Amino acid sequence: MKLKEMPDEELFTRGHTACAGCGAAIAARNLIKVLGKDTVAVTPACCLLIFSATYPLAAWKIPFHHVAFENTAACATGIKRALKVRGKDDTTVMGIAGDGGTADIGIQALSGAAERNEDILYVMYDNEAYMNTGIQRSGSTPFGAWTTTTPVGKVKAGKANFKKDMPQIMMAHNVPYVATASVGHIQDFINKFEKAKKIKGFRYIQVYTPCPTGWRHDTSKTIEICKLAVDTGMWTLYESENGKVTINRKPKMTPVQEYLKLQGRFRHMTEADIKKLQDWATKKWQADEKYAQCKSA
Amino acid sequence: MVKKVVTGNYAAAYGSMRARVRCVAAYPITPQTFIVEHISEFVNNGEMDCEYVEVESEHSAMSTCVSASATGVRTFTATSSQGLALMHEILPIASGMRLPVVMAVVNRAIAAPINIWVEHNDIMPERDSGWIQVFCDNNQEVHDMVLQAFKIAEDKRVALPMTVGLDAFILSHTVEPVDLMDQEAADKFLPKYVPPGPILDPDDPAVVGVFTPPEYMMECRWNQDKAMREAPKVIEEVNAAFAKQFGRNHGGMIDPYMVDDADVVLITLGTASSTAHEVVDDMRKEGKKVGLVKLRFWRPYPTAQLRKIAEKAKAVGVFDRAVSYGVAGPSFIELRNAAYGLTVPTMNFIGGLGGRDVSLADIRFMYERLLEAAKTGKIRREITWMGTRGVEQ
Repeated sequence: MKLKEMPDEELFTRGHTACAGCGAAIAARNLIKVLGKDTVAVTPACCLLIFSATYPLAAWKIPFHHVAFENTAACATGIKRALKVRGKDDTTVMGIAGDGGTADIGIQALSGAAERNEDILYVMYDNEAYMNTGIQRSGSTPFGAWTTTTPVGKVKAGKANFKKDMPQIMMAHNVPYVATASVGHIQDFINKFEKAKKIKGFRYIQVYTPCPTGWRHDTSKTIEICKLAVDTGMWTLYESENGKVTINRKPKMTPVQEYLKLQGRFRHMTEADIKKLQDWATKKWQADEKYAQCKSA
Repeated sequence: MVKKVVTGNYAAAYGSMRARVRCVAAYPITPQTFIVEHISEFVNNGEMDCEYVEVESEHSAMSTCVSASATGVRTFTATSSQGLALMHEILPIASGMRLPVVMAVVNRAIAAPINIWVEHNDIMPERDSGWIQVFCDNNQEVHDMVLQAFKIAEDKRVALPMTVGLDAFILSHTVEPVDLMDQEAADKFLPKYVPPGPILDPDDPAVVGVFTPPEYMMECRWNQDKAMREAPKVIEEVNAAFAKQFGRNHGGMIDPYMVDDADVVLITLGTASSTAHEVVDDMRKEGKKVGLVKLRFWRPYPTAQLRKIAEKAKAVGVFDRAVSYGVAGPSFIELRNAAYGLTVPTMNFIGGLGGRDVSLADIRFMYERLLEAAKTGKIRREITWMGTRGVEQ
């Protein structure tokens, strides 16, 4: 499906309360257009829950479910199994959670569901911190970033550890489909959700979704930041279909500085720290490229 | 109907098969493990048409059950002790969403110290989880209560999840003759599943479990409390219907024995009831007017029924297989609430913790103490720790 062929009907409607420039809201609106009405979604306690479904209002025109924080994959499993019992095995079941709900507290249930190859689509919208509770560091927060739990203090400033590589962890589960996407590369995003919809078994898509509030960037810069993330090697767009890995876009290897300077969360970083992050981005891209070469058949 | 000699775990698993459960998500833990093994066998042998999910934890087991139930199918699981504790977060979610999930709980001590034997300290912290909770006394009751549990939980007046408790090893691993229900009789008792509330269905989209602001929260809680208050009526109805169809009456909220003319009454939960039953028979032969209340339902609690019994008795004792540290046994605390303002002496006996044996002599000791209190109007001590080294009886 081309972007211009996307249906006009909104299944994630106006009136939701996400911040201006929210990457997660862009992801929700577009992915549900691709997946269509025959979808059931479950989300943990996260931004998406709060801004899209606060009783008695809901922005979703599909069944929408919340249970707790760390169990999105287990809940999606329950929905799928029950739909199968009810003869609705073709319905897409999507678990959609942030990076905290996925890479940190939700990783056990996620790994279990992936290992069992549950017939669900798991989407992680990666805004690189616990945004709903007020910008706390997660395992997915990049090195150096300011958060409210990695504040800029006199002795320490920003996150001391590097971002957890969730796509690699998911690929190691040997599931039918793993992909990374970005709301700044919308055609690639559409292609991946279209593909995922058709595949049976466990599917994982990690979408890069900037958060102007938490990243301290201008609300008009969401898409530009996405593009810079890919061009600098901070975010690799790739996918694994039954173990065959394809890189979807090669980075220009623009210096990470260009990406960092648009965001207040990196403002305090020293030259030495920026170099550390640059090395990480370079090595990560090299590793991803090598991995794709090894897994090209 | 087939009569077979089976364990409590088998009885629970068989009951879930006869209830035509369509989704089970479970995780192994001693001494519950055989329940999930038996269910797996039923499923893999084609005897049970059910989605069996081998989840990676009890937390996921309950989560999967909640979402499967919210998607409109009859759902069952089983756990014990630490596993129940791991589920803790999701239990009030099941009841808050008004989902009739049924769960067998093999009651086992909670760590530390780690111990796999019977104790009720695992389920007592779940008192306020919003689940209906029954304790069983024998394997037949376990089997029958799994079916009754679905009928109670799925009733529109109730729409709450329910646990069926069985004491670790004493029931879970001990064989007893059990009438195993045939499918036709089970179907007659428990018809096809009809979800009591809205479900997740792409043909009729609804949101289930979303963020709820203060403007609506009180009404949610009120309705849940109302459902629990109405549950005793449904419990009695279901028990009566079951007794009529199968000829087995396990009692509704409580099962009193020799209580009407009793001077003293002992209240028990779970398998201590069978032991106490024997002692009542023995002591009655000796002319001692002792009675027994097998407390079956822990939530809802039969406050008014027990108050009536306490009003007539000269002394009331409660045997607890659990303790609320620094206060008393949890069941005793409830009884004192039920007997508030009455002058009848009340005594608490705490024992059988971590699988320590509760003997006929122990129960006799409790009755002797109660008879003494009935005679003198005074109690020797309010809380007695049974057979505990270094502790005065």
